Parts: sequence; C-alpha cells; structure tokens
Amino acid sequence: MMGRLTDGLPRRALVLLALLLALAVVAPFCVGDYWLTVLILILYFAYTGQAWNIMMGFAGQLSLGHALFVGLGAYTTATLFAYYGIPPWIGLIAAVAVTVACGAIIGFLAFRFRVAGVYFAILTIAFAEFARTGFDNWSFANGAAGLFLPVAQYTHNDLWQLRGHPAMFYYVLLAATVLVFVASRLILKSRLGFYCLAIREDEQAARASGVNTFRYKMYAVMISAGMTSFAGMFYAFFYNNLFPEQVFNISRSIEIILAPLVGGVGTLGGPIFGAFVLEGLAEGLHNLLDTFGIDIPGIKQVVFGAVLLLVVIALPEGLWPWIARRLGLAERR
Amino acid sequence: MPIDIYLNVAVGGILAGLVYGLMALGLSVIFGVVRVVNFDHGEMMAIAMYASLLAFSLFKIDPLLMILPCAVLLFGLGYCLQGVLINRFITRPEHSQFLLMVAIAIIITNIQLIAFGPDARSVQTPYAYDSYQFGRLIVDADKLYGAIAALVVAAMLFAFFRFTRLGTAIRACADNYTGAQVVGLDVKRLYALTFGLGCACVGAAGAILMLSADVTPQFGPVATLQAFIIVITGGMGSMVGALLGGVLIGLTAAMAGLLFTPSIKAMFVYGILVLVLLFRPQGIIGKKTS
Repeated sequence: MMGRLTDGLPRRALVLLALLLALAVVAPFCVGDYWLTVLILILYFAYTGQAWNIMMGFAGQLSLGHALFVGLGAYTTATLFAYYGIPPWIGLIAAVAVTVACGAIIGFLAFRFRVAGVYFAILTIAFAEFARTGFDNWSFANGAAGLFLPVAQYTHNDLWQLRGHPAMFYYVLLAATVLVFVASRLILKSRLGFYCLAIREDEQAARASGVNTFRYKMYAVMISAGMTSFAGMFYAFFYNNLFPEQVFNISRSIEIILAPLVGGVGTLGGPIFGAFVLEGLAEGLHNLLDTFGIDIPGIKQVVFGAVLLLVVIALPEGLWPWIARRLGLAERR
Repeated sequence: MPIDIYLNVAVGGILAGLVYGLMALGLSVIFGVVRVVNFDHGEMMAIAMYASLLAFSLFKIDPLLMILPCAVLLFGLGYCLQGVLINRFITRPEHSQFLLMVAIAIIITNIQLIAFGPDARSVQTPYAYDSYQFGRLIVDADKLYGAIAALVVAAMLFAFFRFTRLGTAIRACADNYTGAQVVGLDVKRLYALTFGLGCACVGAAGAILMLSADVTPQFGPVATLQAFIIVITGGMGSMVGALLGGVLIGLTAAMAGLLFTPSIKAMFVYGILVLVLLFRPQGIIGKKTS
C-alpha cells in the first residue's frame, strides 16, 4: 500500500509533502486564533474540494450542488446530537449513510436516464435547492429558524463530543484532509480510479472496452457524497448553528468547487494548492483594505471570480500542474 | 367562491409565467444558436433590475419605460461578452464554457452586493395596487401590463427571426455552422449578435419583473436556475417552448403556493425539472436528438 502511495513521485515531492505536513502540525503553536481560523478555512476548502474532485476530476461528472451533501451531513449529525445526545462520530456513520444514499439516488436517476453534462450539473443544483426549501419548511429540523448546538466550552476539549478549542477542530480537520488525500491517491492508483479516468476522457470508448460505466460513475458519486458529509459534520460542530438558507445555498456549492478549479481539476495537489492561493489572496486583500480602514463585504468573492476567470481562460488545467512541472514535482509517467 | 380564488391565482401565475418565459426565451435563443449555456443569465437579469431600480429611484421613470433602455444595455453587454470572451471558448469543452460563465456570474453577483448591499429593493409604481375586473376574474394591473409587454417583446423577436435577412442568417448558423461559413456568413459576428439579442430579452424581462418582484444580489443565481428549468421543461433551443415552459412553471408555482404554503412552491418547480429530465429530456416541444 505504501508502495502504491509513493510510487512514481519524485523524491523532492515527498520531501516537500513531509515538510508541509510538519508545518501544518506545528502551525497552531505559532499562530494566533485569527490565523488558526484562516487555516481551518483553507483545510475545509481543501477537504471539500478533494471530495468534489473525485466526482468531477476523476469521473468527469460536474456537480454544482455539493452543498446538498454538506448540508445533509451537517443536519444529520446535528439533529442526532442536539435531540438525542448521540456523539458526532456515531452520528457521522448515519450521515455517511444518508449522503451516500442521496448520492446514489441522484446518480441512479441521472445515469439511468442519461442526464449528462450541463443537464447533470443543473440536476445537482436542483436537488440542493430542493433540500434548501425542504429544510426551510421542515419543522423537525427547526425550519428557517435554524438549528443551534450548545456552544462549545473552550476550557475543556472533548474530542468524542467534538466540543472544544478551535485548535482541536484544526487537528481533526487536518487529519481528515490527510486521510482524504491519501484515499484519493489510492483510488487514483486503483482499478476504480483508472476506470473513472477512462470514463472522464471518453465515456463511449470506456464502455466499448468493457467498463461498466454506470457502476463506476455511481461509485464516484457515492464516495464523493460520503466524504463530503464529514465536512458537514465539521461545519455544524464548528459553527454551532445551521440555517438551510446558508448551508444549502448555491453559493456554498460554488465555493466548494473554486479551490480545485483554480488549483487543477483531477489533480491531488490542486484542491490544496487552490485553497491556499484563494484564501491567501482573500486574507491579503482583507488586511490591505483593513489598513486603509475599508471594509467591503463581497470583495473577496469578486476576487475569487476574477481568479477563476483568469485561470479558466489562461490555464484551463489549473495552477498546480503548471507549477508542479516547473518545480519538478510532477509524477513520472 | 373558492373556484374564483383558484381561477384568479391561476391567471396570475400564467401572467407572471409569461415574464419568466421571456427571460428563458433569451437563454433558449443563445443555446439554440451559439450552443453555449449562459450560466449567468439570471445575474444579467439582476443587472437590468438594478438599472430599472436606479432609474425609478433617481428619475421616477416607470420600469415599463425602462424595457427598451435595459434591452439596449444588456444587448451591448452580451455582444461584448460574446465578442471578447466566449467566442474563444466555442471550441473548448462544454464544462470549460460553463465554468467561464460561472466565474462571470460570481463577479456580477458580488459587484451587485458591493454596490447595492444585501437588502431586498423594490419599486412602488402608482398602479401597484390597481386591478382590473373581468366578470368574476380580478387581475393585478402590474402583472397584466408585464405580461402584455413580455408578449410584445417576444413577438418582436419571433418576427425578427422569421422575416428579416439577419434573422434568417442567424437561423442558418444554428442549422449548419459549416454551411453558414461556406456561403460567406460572418458567423462570429452573428454569434455575438445572437448573444446580444438573448441578453436583450433578459434585460427586457428584468425591467418588467421589477414591477412585481424585489431584487437582491442573491436573486441572480436563483433566476438562472429558474431560467434553466423553464428552458429544459419547454425544450432547449425552442422559442415557443420557452414561453410555454414559463407559463407552466408560473402556473405550477402559483397553484402550489395556494394549495400549500408560498415558501414551498419552489420544491414543486424543482420536482417538474426532475420529472422532465427523466421522462422527457427533450422538453415539451423539443425534438428528440439521437
């Protein structure tokens, strides 16, 4: 398994990875609460971006409704915790089951009835919006009034109940991001990954060579959905409040796809690198404007949009493949 | 008595649906000819709505009089957008075009947020609470004016495509790209023109919609989705289908709002989309493609 993980990577890529990981581990001891929150945001978008990447980057199925899986994961774990006192890690099992089932339904309908390309993307948005209006009117989940978790006590870290200081959340998310990164690499090097890539490149050719395209597209959607549900749990327990209007919003789905798009769809480094670049830019801009005493809500998204526009026009592969080639980090073929 | 309520709500829904149909008509024209999915369609409508809002709050200009200026403004925007950016993307893969539009949509929405703030804004016309009575049927004045205006604009667009040389040339591009080039048509310019026309439709629809709806920066993405639902329901690329789809969606939303609660009506609209995608993906009017 280790062999499969590191196979083909140049040594300097491994050294860089180890260095990055070491930096990420010691980071909470070196930075204040503000930058810790920024790091959490970066990891959050790296995580969700990687989970989305499995569907779009590997299997070529464009989802613009991933907020659906975040929201379902968040609501499942939060209601179980708030109403029945079930710890989030147990709730996560239920959340994974719910999101995988939901992904399976969407995938089954779409792939069985040959809803593809842009129509598929629209279908995913429609499901997310359907859930948004549904949860807005569902009194069990407290509807539009929102669901609140008892606020975390900073003095005492309880990993099992996921209540505590942001640093604990940071490490939980870091571990999850590393896990999803490793899992993605393993998938990419497995039969499943090769089939997915074949489907992405040319679905008809893949089917003609005997790949059960329906089944592997289903796997990709279900894996991606299940992985995303963890991000939902994290969201719910980190922010302690859930509003359908916010978690299921289209702009949440768009946020999720920005990091992998800018970093490089279908690559492993892309979502992480993209998240760093985007959040770094946003924070840099925020601090710059702050020194002049200006606060413009929405400017961050304009910058994100502009970066995405530039990348789509000039580097459709994304930033990471371009940089990796220049630094000699690209995988040998 | 109850029958009257149903009838009134149904007519209101149909009238509102015609305006949505006009919005979707723009999307359908662009897709039918340029084969690009304009994913910032709703955001463009929001531009027209904010323009009408400004004209009303600064100069007291009735939104109905803003139809032409908004159409011209959006035509210019669409023409430039197609000419400068999208023409380079014609040969790129579908999702690449789609993401280009997503990027533009993000920028438009958030510039609106910066410029106008997150609050819902609306226009109070002198006739906002007027209504006409036809027998037992009561119709809101603003909805009636809006529907008539939408039909007029749509009719003009139909006439343009049917009876002018330019319209015929554009239809030729849609039918056969290579053929159009062979007979010497400037396809890139015609594409830009078509994109402009589609945007002009949504501009006109935005000005009309300002009569009866609030505008927020978040309105754009939701309207985009709605336009897609209407166009997919009616049949991608079909002009009559877009109007029919608009009416169907307007009617569904109005009836669902009456029978259940108004906040749940969107769910029925998404339900229609899912049903159409699954069982009649070519739409009500669309032709089946292989």
